[in-house]
Amino acid sequence: MARLSGAEILLECLQREGVEVIFGYPGGVVLPLYDALPRYNIRHILVRHEQGAAHMADGYARASGRMGVCLATSGPGATNLVTGIATAFMDSTPVLAITGNVARTLLGRDGFQEADITGITMPITKHNYLVMRASDLALTVREAVHICTTGRPGPVLIDIPKDVFQEEAEFEWPEEVRLRGYKPTYEGHAGMIRRAAQLINEAKRPIIIAGHGVIWGDASRELIELAEKAQIPVITTFLGIGAFPEDHPLSYGWLGMHGMYYANMAADNADVVIGVGMRFDDRAMGRFKDFNPTAKIIHIDIDPAEIGKNFATAVPIVGHVKNVLPRLTELVKEATHEEWIAWIDRVREEHPSLEIRETRRLIPQYVVRTLYEETNGDATIVTGVGQHQMWAGQHYFYKRPRQLISSGGLGTMGFELPGAIGAQIARPDAEVWAICGDGGFQMTMQELAVVVDEQLPIKIAIFNNGYLGMVRQWQQLFYNRNFMAVAMTQPDFLKIAEAYGIPGIRVETKAEVRDAIRTARQHRGPFLIDFMIDQEENVWPMVPAGAALKETIEAPPEELVR
Amino acid sequence: MSSRNGRRRVNQHTVVAIVEDKPGVLMRVASLFRRRGFNIESLTVGPTEAQGLSRMTIVVDGESAPVEQVEKQLYKLIDVVKVSDLSNEEMVARELALIKVRCNNLNRHEILDIAQVFRADVVDIATNSLILQVVGDEDKINGLIKMCEPYGIRELARTGRVAMVRGPKTTTVHEEVPESIARIHASQGRRVEGVELPFSSD
Ligand SMILES: Cc1ncc(C[n+]2csc(CCOP(=O)(O)OP(=O)(O)O)c2C)c(N)n1
Ligand SMILES: [Mg+2]
Repeated sequence: MARLSGAEILLECLQREGVEVIFGYPGGVVLPLYDALPRYNIRHILVRHEQGAAHMADGYARASGRMGVCLATSGPGATNLVTGIATAFMDSTPVLAITGNVARTLLGRDGFQEADITGITMPITKHNYLVMRASDLALTVREAVHICTTGRPGPVLIDIPKDVFQEEAEFEWPEEVRLRGYKPTYEGHAGMIRRAAQLINEAKRPIIIAGHGVIWGDASRELIELAEKAQIPVITTFLGIGAFPEDHPLSYGWLGMHGMYYANMAADNADVVIGVGMRFDDRAMGRFKDFNPTAKIIHIDIDPAEIGKNFATAVPIVGHVKNVLPRLTELVKEATHEEWIAWIDRVREEHPSLEIRETRRLIPQYVVRTLYEETNGDATIVTGVGQHQMWAGQHYFYKRPRQLISSGGLGTMGFELPGAIGAQIARPDAEVWAICGDGGFQMTMQELAVVVDEQLPIKIAIFNNGYLGMVRQWQQLFYNRNFMAVAMTQPDFLKIAEAYGIPGIRVETKAEVRDAIRTARQHRGPFLIDFMIDQEENVWPMVPAGAALKETIEAPPEELVR
Repeated sequence: MSSRNGRRRVNQHTVVAIVEDKPGVLMRVASLFRRRGFNIESLTVGPTEAQGLSRMTIVVDGESAPVEQVEKQLYKLIDVVKVSDLSNEEMVARELALIKVRCNNLNRHEILDIAQVFRADVVDIATNSLILQVVGDEDKINGLIKMCEPYGIRELARTGRVAMVRGPKTTTVHEEVPESIARIHASQGRRVEGVELPFSSD
């Protein structure tokens, strides 16, 4: 045992937990922590806004499967993390947020830069802590990391008053974590797995819907085995993209508001729906009450509260997908489902959804598809939120888990650049492309400084339509083209990049797209491409808000301008 | 919060949650109910037979939420150790009420007679008011309140329901936690008392 300061205990614990990087921003109350930081083998990335720190930690986690850590000072520093924490919470990613707070004598007295960040983040964290003694720190950090990374992952916040960083305590590494109220179920009920197998064996038109949980449960391989043995077509949710290789013959894209027509129809016409590591979210399922009312639902998830939340479930299986899937596969009989697969194939032939039409104009779908071709489908794509996000999901084809990184549940604009930074830091050898909205990019573009500081070879593609495109699309379709507060005069993004020392080019015609992508890829460092895409292009297919999946509409002919 | 006109709603659920006795746990539970739109009819908290654990009895309006979701969402809170729905169990459910009733020399005896019928205790008496203390299920308490109304109720305080399953079955938690961990759990998040902390501000 040794006597250490609270700051040292925290860093010692983080180091032992395997933390290599912290995304942070200093301030008064965390100075004791910053003072101790150089003595530890932990890399600190200085962000330019704390929201960036939280998104970077999240991007780091999503790209690597490991916990991401962010750090902020009290008050405004802590509140700036909130959007990033909520983003991680909605998508169940393991982000550990550490905040300083005012000294214990001042807590509750509205001390300078005091914010009740544990109170504020209670509904957007898996759990949070206010640490009042240096002697509580070691166990608290261990518990926090355990909660953050096990079961259904999720963000955990630890708030530490300034003088707790300074207080000394005996440091002892707690070997054991014991939480009476936290015991995730991993195994999966044998009887339920048997019932699920029986239902699948009797099914004529089974479909698997794979979600983010397959990626976090590292069960892509196990999913492929199940699908192949019983020849069950697989669709994914938006966050499940990459959980099942999109070049696999049984892959039928992803479902939902902007999912593929045939994926939506397959889900809506199946007789057995097998939801794996997903939560039957409204953006994926359309109007609940009219989603395929006769289908029997098998729901496999690690979080019991997700089962039965939105839909009545025929067979609930609470467990870890990596455990449950192989046991299910063992009990499932080999099958072909020829008729059913032929039916979906026919729908896909009639409604291909993902064809890139021949145009003179520079359409965004063409940009994404060309990027796919030029990168051999191997890049890691990080997006913002809006039209470009949907096109990136649709027109790039993902082979692996963790290849598409995007804010699905909260839909946080501004995630693109810091998310990509986190991903690149987690995977220095990966080819990372940030696909940015011209709106969203401006929410967090100050993090370009981090790209330069850390010499990250990120390629930044701005989808410049001069609009908050997704909102404009809704105004066009549902508000009688009343384009209100969506047109934006954009700055010269090349000059902005240049100001940070990042080279770039502007692309205004289709003919330039391929060369621009090649130039960017050949450049060793970061590179920005400002794609001046067609301004009024819309995302299709679409399930209008409040409609059912079966009401998916495709691009009306008058929109198919060339 | 409590159901006004007395009739115990068919769809009411009595949920008992055994929770870690830690600062903030009440806020976590309350915040969960608010966010998910579960209506709380009453909520009581107190210590249990085990150290470090508190017992919450929550009466939920089942119309506002399937009780299964309430249970599962409660379980998601790390500080919630055990959740039991007593609604389908044989249970004893009790509430205590203090009723300050207006009275005078002429009607005091009538009120005392009523109190006796309800086996309520008179716990305070003054020239123009008295306090009745009554324990029972909601129907009984509502009945007494109704009988007191004509005299004038100056003030009413009710505890909300506490409940327990009949027979040997329990809704308690028996898991022991190693001493070294229990000690830290007991202090986690709690204010430091008895020592002069340095004053520090920056
Ligand atoms: C922080 C935040 N604010 C507002 C929204 C609502 N919103 C959703 S998409 C969108 C437009 C995004 O515009 P842009 O980044 O240019 O992407 P585009 O749709 O044009 O591709 C807006 C405003 C949001 N998702 N996130
Ligand atoms: Mg835009």
